[in-house]
Amino acid sequence: MMNALEFEDVSFSYGEGDFRINNLNFTVGQGELVAILGHNGSGKSTLARLANRILQPDGGTIRVFGETVGEDNLYDVRRKVGVVFQNPDNQNVASIVEDDVAFGAENIGLPREEIGSRIGFALKATGMEAYRHATVARLSGGQKQRIAIAGVLALKPQIMILDEATAMLDPRGRKEIVDVVLRLNREEKMTVLMITHYPEEALLADRAIVMNRGEIVMRGAPAEIFARHEELLTYNLDLPRIGKICKALQAGGMSVSDTLDIQTLADEIAKELACGS
Amino acid sequence: MKDVSFGQYYPIDSPVHRLDPRLKLLFLIVYIAAIFVADSFWGLLACAGVLLFSVLLSRVPFGKVLRAVKGVIFLVIFTAVINVLFYAGETVYWSWGIFSVSKEGMVFSAFLILRIVLLVICSSLLTYTTTPVSLTDGVESLLSPLKVIRFPVHELALIMSIALRMIPVLSEETARIQNAQKARGADFESGNLIKRIGAFIPILVPLILSALRRADELGDAMEARCYMGGKKRTKYKKLRFGWGDLAGALLGAALLTGVILLRIYVGGVI
Repeated sequence: MMNALEFEDVSFSYGEGDFRINNLNFTVGQGELVAILGHNGSGKSTLARLANRILQPDGGTIRVFGETVGEDNLYDVRRKVGVVFQNPDNQNVASIVEDDVAFGAENIGLPREEIGSRIGFALKATGMEAYRHATVARLSGGQKQRIAIAGVLALKPQIMILDEATAMLDPRGRKEIVDVVLRLNREEKMTVLMITHYPEEALLADRAIVMNRGEIVMRGAPAEIFARHEELLTYNLDLPRIGKICKALQAGGMSVSDTLDIQTLADEIAKELACGS
Repeated sequence: MKDVSFGQYYPIDSPVHRLDPRLKLLFLIVYIAAIFVADSFWGLLACAGVLLFSVLLSRVPFGKVLRAVKGVIFLVIFTAVINVLFYAGETVYWSWGIFSVSKEGMVFSAFLILRIVLLVICSSLLTYTTTPVSLTDGVESLLSPLKVIRFPVHELALIMSIALRMIPVLSEETARIQNAQKARGADFESGNLIKRIGAFIPILVPLILSALRRADELGDAMEARCYMGGKKRTKYKKLRFGWGDLAGALLGAALLTGVILLRIYVGGVI
C-alpha cells in the first residue's frame, strides 16, 4: 500500500505560547480512513493546516504521495489534499451553492465545461443535487457542510482531511457528513483523515491516532485504543457510548465483554438474560 | 435585524434575472441619473413606470420589494421633515423662527421621497435578480479597464462578493449577541440617544472580534481550495450580452433621453 500522507519528524510552534508539536510521525495509506482523536488544544487541527501547508512546519518533512511538500509544489499539493473545516459558515465564499462549489475549480483555471461537470459530480457525491441553485444561507448546518465537502471534491482531491467537520452540527447533520465521508471512502476509494473529538466517529476508522499536547500518545485499531480506557481518560477522552454501556452493565454485575459492536453486545445481553431466567 | 433583505438574491427565473449583470449595473446608474434629472411630475411618473414594468417582469413579489423600502423609511421621513422645515419657499403657510412650511418645500420633499423610494427599489431589484457572484463578475468586467493602472479589480470584486455572502451570517450573529447581552440584563430600549448608542458597544465588540476570526478561517478555507488571486483563474459563468440586454439598454437610454427632453422643453415644478 502506498502512503498517501506521511509526516516525518514534523515539528511546529505558533511562536508564542507553550504549545508545540514535536517530532510527529505518522502515515496514512492510500484508501485508508484514519481518525485523529484528541481533546481541545491537542494539536489535531494544527495538523490539518500543516498537511496542505497553510501552516509551515519548523522542521521535518511532510510527503503527499511520496512528494515532499514545499513552496514550489504548494498548489499541486492543495489540489491533492482537500480540507473541510469546522465552521460551516466560514468556508463558503459565494452565496449560491453552485457558485461556491465552483470556486476551487475556478481557482485552478479549469475550462467552463469541466467546471460544470465537476459541480454536478461533487453535488451528486454529497447528495445535494437538488440544491444546485439554492442560497447557501438558507441551508441547514449539515447541508452547508456538505456543500463545503462538495467544494473540496470539485478539485478532485485524493486525500480528504476533515478538521472537526462535524463539531458544530446537530446529530442529524453529523450523521449526514459521516455517511457522505464513509461512502466516499468505501466507494470512491478516497483517502480520509478524520480529525475529531467524538469517539463514535473514531470507531468508524480503519486506524485511530490519539493526540495530546502536540504529541501522538496512542495509535492502533479503534478497538485496541478503546480497550485502553483508563489511559484515554487521562487525555480527556472517553469511550464511545456503546463502550460506556458495556462498562455500566459490567458494573451492574452482568458479564458482558468490552465489545464495541452493537450486535455482539445485544447477543451477550440476550444470553445473560436467558441464563438468568 | 431578523429581516435582512438588503443585498439578498431572490432565486427564481425571469427575464430580468437572465439579463447580463453589466447591463443591470449600467441601467441602475442611468436610472439614478434619470430620477435626479427628472424635475417634473411627468418625468418622475415615467421613471416610476419603467421601474414598475421592471418589477413586474422580474416576478419578485411586491412585498419583497417594499420590504427594502421599509429599511430606509426612517431616513426618508427624517429627510422629508428636515426639507419641509428648512426649504425657503414663496407660498409660506406657517413659520416660526428659522422654520417655515411652504408649498414649494412640500413639493420638493414629496419629490425627494419619491426619488429615494425609486432609488432604493431599483437598487434592491438589482440584488434580488442578480446573484452576488454574477454581480461581482459584472463589476469586475466593467472595471477591468482599470487593470491597466494596476487597480486590484479582481480583489475588489471578490471582497464585494464575500461581503454580500456574509450579510445574513453577521446579522444572525448580531441578533444572537444582542439576545445574549439582554439575557444578562443589558438594556437597549431606554435612555436617551447617546445612552442607547453606548448600549450597542457590548454588541459591536464581540461582533467585530468574531468577524475577524471568521475572516481568518475563511482565508484558510480559500487557500485550501487553491485560491491564489486572480491569476490563471477561470470563470464558470460567462457573461453574455443578449437581445434582452439590448432591449434593456434601449429602455434605459429612452428613459434618460425622455426626462432630459422633458426638463428642457416642458420645465419642472422645482
